[in-house]
Amino acid sequence: MSDIGLNDRLDRDDLALPVGGDVKDYVALLKPRVMSLVVFTALVGMVAAPGGIHPLLGAIAILCIAVGAGASGALNMWYDADIDARMARTAARPIPRGKVTPGEALCFGTILSVLSVMCLGLLVNWVAGALLAITIAFYLFVYTMWLKRKTPQNIVIGGAAGAFPPMVGWAAVTGGVSIESILLFALIFMWTPPHFWALSLYRMRDYERVGVPMLPVVAGLKETRRQILIYSLLLVPIGISPWFIGLGGWTYLATSSILGAIFLWYAVDVYRIREEGTDADARAKRLFVFSIYYLFALFAVLLVELTVARLMVWLV
Amino acid sequence: MTGTENEEMKKAQTAAEQGTSDAERTARQRKRSIAIAVSLALLAVLFYVATLVKMTGGIAEKAGS
Repeated sequence: MSDIGLNDRLDRDDLALPVGGDVKDYVALLKPRVMSLVVFTALVGMVAAPGGIHPLLGAIAILCIAVGAGASGALNMWYDADIDARMARTAARPIPRGKVTPGEALCFGTILSVLSVMCLGLLVNWVAGALLAITIAFYLFVYTMWLKRKTPQNIVIGGAAGAFPPMVGWAAVTGGVSIESILLFALIFMWTPPHFWALSLYRMRDYERVGVPMLPVVAGLKETRRQILIYSLLLVPIGISPWFIGLGGWTYLATSSILGAIFLWYAVDVYRIREEGTDADARAKRLFVFSIYYLFALFAVLLVELTVARLMVWLV
Repeated sequence: MTGTENEEMKKAQTAAEQGTSDAERTARQRKRSIAIAVSLALLAVLFYVATLVKMTGGIAEKAGS
């Protein structure tokens, strides 16, 4: 049991407690919930791509993308071990709890990164492999090691890492990039700032304590709410745009329009907050939770529509 | 209980805890080793099967041309 408290100043080396982690601690390093979203969006990119891929190679591609995403998570936990120990949201992670040492997490993440990229490149194609390598490198070097502790725009630029998976899935099938895959990238890219800023509104104290320059800490709550509204206004038309280019059908149009309107409604509700307190936190949390359902629903409807369309072609 | 007896009891307790902790550590290492071995075996099988799939696809294309 780690005796690290929230108020202790720590270096990464202080956390090298050699107690030997269990398999489940290493699985926790991979951030399974983030992995599941990555896998899902990559699968949609793969199904949306024209042409086909052998089911086994498709499954291998998904596995490599999942492992690559997990490796990014492990490397992020390695680098952020010092601040994770001091934030309530992350103090239960394996390294702060002393289950895995930072060195072990680094080794684990590095090996999985190299393996996932090599396997994707060798077994599927090198365009997908290269995109996966870019995703991992971007998340580690650009977001985690550079932007996160330097600028309040960390999540805007760094969020690109989470937007790559559908492009990787698309590239696994076609061997290239297209306007459709770029659009799926843009959807997640534009979704990331309001999603994470909504979280940071009610977790501001945590970020402030460890010196991470999230927007509410640097620019204040009012400005953050304004930015959330601006990005939400930009997100909604991008969310609908797959219908314009023929990627999504009428069900997608209806779903993206209705959910986009609700997203905007919640964003306006957050923007109109005048007093801090429990109600303000509740509204921010509601927007954060809804944003997860929003993205999941849009990609789920795309997946269902595309699958049905392919089945119809196959049956006829 | 005398001070010496107390110290001896504490030493025995620490040794017992150490033993338990060593046993736990060994068990965890064993589980990790098994997980790594299974993963490597799966990786080898994956490469084998994927190579067959890609080779079969190549031969089918040549036969068709």
